[in-house]
Amino acid sequence: MMDTFVMRHLPALLIAVPLFAAFLMPLVGSLGPKVRSAWVFLGALATAAVGLALAGKVLATGTVLYVFGAAIPQQTLPPDAAFPIRIMFQVDALSALMVVIASLSSLGIAIYSLAAESKQSGLETFYAMLFLLIAGVLGMVATGDLFNFFVFLEISSLAGAALVAYRVDDGVAVEAGLKYALLSTVGALAVLTAIGILFAQYNALNLASLANRLQFTALDQVALVLLVVPLAMKCGAVPMHFWTPDTYATAPSSVTAFLVVSSQASLYGLFRILFTLYGHLVQFSWATFGWFLIVLGVLSMFVGVTMAIPQKDVKRLMAYHAVSQTGYMLLGVGVGLAVLGDADALAQYGKTAMAGGLFHVINHAMYKGLLFLTAGAVFYRAGTRNLNKLGGLGHDMPWTMVFFMIGALAIAGVPPFNGFASKLLIYESVFRFSPFLSIVAMLVSILTLASFVKVFHAMFLGPRRAEFAAVREVPAPMLAGMALLAVFVVVAGLAPQPFVDHLIVPAVDAVIDRAGYVAAILGGR
Amino acid sequence: MTTELLLKLPYFTVVVLTLLGLAAMIFKRNLIKILMGLSLMESAVNLFLVATGYRTGGVAPIFTNAPSPHMTLPTVQALTLTSIVIGVATSAMMLSFAMVIYKKYGTVDADKVKKLKG
Amino acid sequence: MDFFQTLQTGAGAWNPLLWLLALAVALGVALAIRSRGRKDFREGDGRKPFISGNEEPENAGGHVPASNLYWGFLESLKGYYARLVPLHTGVPTDYVVWLLGVMALMLVVALVV
Repeated sequence: MMDTFVMRHLPALLIAVPLFAAFLMPLVGSLGPKVRSAWVFLGALATAAVGLALAGKVLATGTVLYVFGAAIPQQTLPPDAAFPIRIMFQVDALSALMVVIASLSSLGIAIYSLAAESKQSGLETFYAMLFLLIAGVLGMVATGDLFNFFVFLEISSLAGAALVAYRVDDGVAVEAGLKYALLSTVGALAVLTAIGILFAQYNALNLASLANRLQFTALDQVALVLLVVPLAMKCGAVPMHFWTPDTYATAPSSVTAFLVVSSQASLYGLFRILFTLYGHLVQFSWATFGWFLIVLGVLSMFVGVTMAIPQKDVKRLMAYHAVSQTGYMLLGVGVGLAVLGDADALAQYGKTAMAGGLFHVINHAMYKGLLFLTAGAVFYRAGTRNLNKLGGLGHDMPWTMVFFMIGALAIAGVPPFNGFASKLLIYESVFRFSPFLSIVAMLVSILTLASFVKVFHAMFLGPRRAEFAAVREVPAPMLAGMALLAVFVVVAGLAPQPFVDHLIVPAVDAVIDRAGYVAAILGGR
Repeated sequence: MTTELLLKLPYFTVVVLTLLGLAAMIFKRNLIKILMGLSLMESAVNLFLVATGYRTGGVAPIFTNAPSPHMTLPTVQALTLTSIVIGVATSAMMLSFAMVIYKKYGTVDADKVKKLKG
Repeated sequence: MDFFQTLQTGAGAWNPLLWLLALAVALGVALAIRSRGRKDFREGDGRKPFISGNEEPENAGGHVPASNLYWGFLESLKGYYARLVPLHTGVPTDYVVWLLGVMALMLVVALVV
C-alpha cells in the first residue's frame, strides 16, 4: 500500500487533483447543479485525502522529495551534474503542517459553500477559481524552488482577487478585489526582482542550492528585503495591512476563510526565506530581522485589535482580528529568530516561542475560518452584516451561536480551546525574552475578548427583532462545514500536547535545521 | 569605458522605467492610469530579468551544435515569459475590475472609489 | 489518560483534565446555589422577577446597539483613534505607498545596520 502509484507521486497529486477539479468544473457544471455540487465535494475530499496522506508520510518517514519530469522522482541530482536542474517539491515538516491546514480548511469551506453560495449565479467560475486558489496555496507551501514559489504566489493572488470580486452586483466587492490585485501585483514584482537578483548572482533557483551558495553581499541584502517585505504585506502585517479589512469583509464567507489560509501560506514563505534560505549566515544579523518580525508583530497585534473595536461591519471587525492574530505568529517566530544564534536561549525559550507561533498558525486558521463561516451564516439568513441592525438571532440560530461562541472563546485565548494552548506557549516564552512584549500580548488578548463580547451581544443576544422573524437555522452543509472546524478547535484545545509533539515540534526542528534541508537535495539521491 | 556604460544601459533603463511606473501609480488618480503605471513596472522587471542573462561574447542559446560553448542564459528568458503571461492575466483582470467599478460607481477616480475605509 | 496530556511550556504547565475537573466543580457549586431558589416558580406563568419595582420597557426596546457598547473606551482613546482611523483612507495608491515606504525603511536598516 505504501508503494502504490498514488503514494509515490503524492506531491504531484497534491497539485494535480485540485487543478483537475478546477479545469473540468465548467464542463461538469453544465450537467446541472447537483452534478456540480457532487464534483466539488469529491474534489475537496480528494484534495484533503492527498494532503493528509502526504503530511502523514512526511511526519512518519522524513522529508519527501519529488522531482517533476525526472525518470525517478526522488533522484534530485541528475547523473552527470552536481546541482539540481529540475523543479522540485520538497515537503518537510513545516510544509506538512501547512498542507494539513490547507487540506482541512479547504474541505470545511467547500462543504460550507455548497449551501452558502447556492443562490448565486456563475457558480462554475466560482468553484473553478476556488480550486485554483487551493492548488496555488498547496503549491506555495510544498515547493522547493523559488521561482515556482513566485508562480504559485501569483496563482493564489489572482484567483483570490477574482473570488473576492465575485459578488459583482455590489460594487464594493470589485473595489476590494482591485485593491487586493494591485497590492499583490506590486508585491509580486518586488519578489520577482529579488529572484532575478539572486539568480543573476548564483545561477540557481532551487531553494536548497541557493541556500548552499548564498554569501551575504549587499545585493543579497537588497534581495532579502525585497522578498521579506512583500510577503509580510501578503500576511497582513501592519503597516501594510490596509487591504485586509476591505478584502475580507466583501468576499463571500467561504472565500474569506480560505484567504486566511492563503495569508498564512505567505507567512510560511516568509519563514522559509528567513530561516532556510538566509539563516545560519555568519554575517546575517538575526537580531535585526528577528526584531523586524517582533516589531511588525507587536504593531499588528495592537493596531489590529484597536481598529477592530469601533467597527460596525462584523466581517470587517473579524478581518482586523485576523491582522491582530497574525501579529502573535510574527511575535512568536520573531523571538525565535532573534535568539537563533544563542544556542542556550534557543533551547530554553526560543524553540517554545517558535512552537507557539507555529501552533498559532494552525489554530488561527481553524478558529478564524470558523468565525468567518458563522458570520457568513448570519449574513445568509439575516441579509446584513451591520452590527447595529442585527440582534436576537440566538433564539432561532442556536447552532450558529454555539459555533460562534467556540470560535470567539478560542480567539480570545480562553481555556480549554486551542487558542489558549498556543497563546500560553507564546506568553511564557516571550516573557523570558522580554516581559514588556508578553504584557502587550496579554493586553491584546483582553481587548480581543472585549470586541467579541460586543459582537456576540450585537448578533445573538437580546430579544427577537421584528425584521428577523423569518430567520431559521442555516442548511446542513453549512453546519457541517462549521462543525468540521469546530471539532478541531475543541480537540486541539483539550489535547494540545499530542498536537505539539507530533505536528509542531517537527516543524520547528525542520525550520531551524537548514543544513538538513540542503542535504536532503544536494547530499544524496 | 563607453562600452562598459553601454553594457549597463539596460539596467539604467530598468531604473528609469520603474521610477516612471511608480510615479504614474502614485501620483495619478485615474484608475486606468494607475494600471498603466503598474504595466510599466512589469515591463521594467521583465527587462531586468532578460538583461541579467546577457553574457559578453556569448551566442544565442538556440543551437544544438553550438559554434561556441559560451551562451547567454536561457533560463531568465523562461522566467520572463512566465512573468509576461502573468502580467497579461493580471492586467486583463484589473482592467475588467476598473470597467465594473465605472459601471457601479460612475467614476474611475481613485480618490472617489472608496466606499471601504476606516 | 494518554489523551489529556499536560501542555509543557518550559516555564509552566497546563493540564486540560485538571481544568475540566475544576470547571465541573465550579458548575456544581453554581447548580447548588441555583437549587436553593423557590421551587414553586414555573417559567411563563405571568409573574415577572422583581428587579427594580419600576415598569420595565418593552422587550424589543432594551437592546443596546453595538456602536454604543464601548463608548467609554472609545471616548478615552479619542486622540489615538483620531490619528489612526484617517490613515485607513481606502485609496489603493496609498496602500502601495505604505508598502514602498516600509520597503525603503527596511533597505536602509538592512544596508546600514
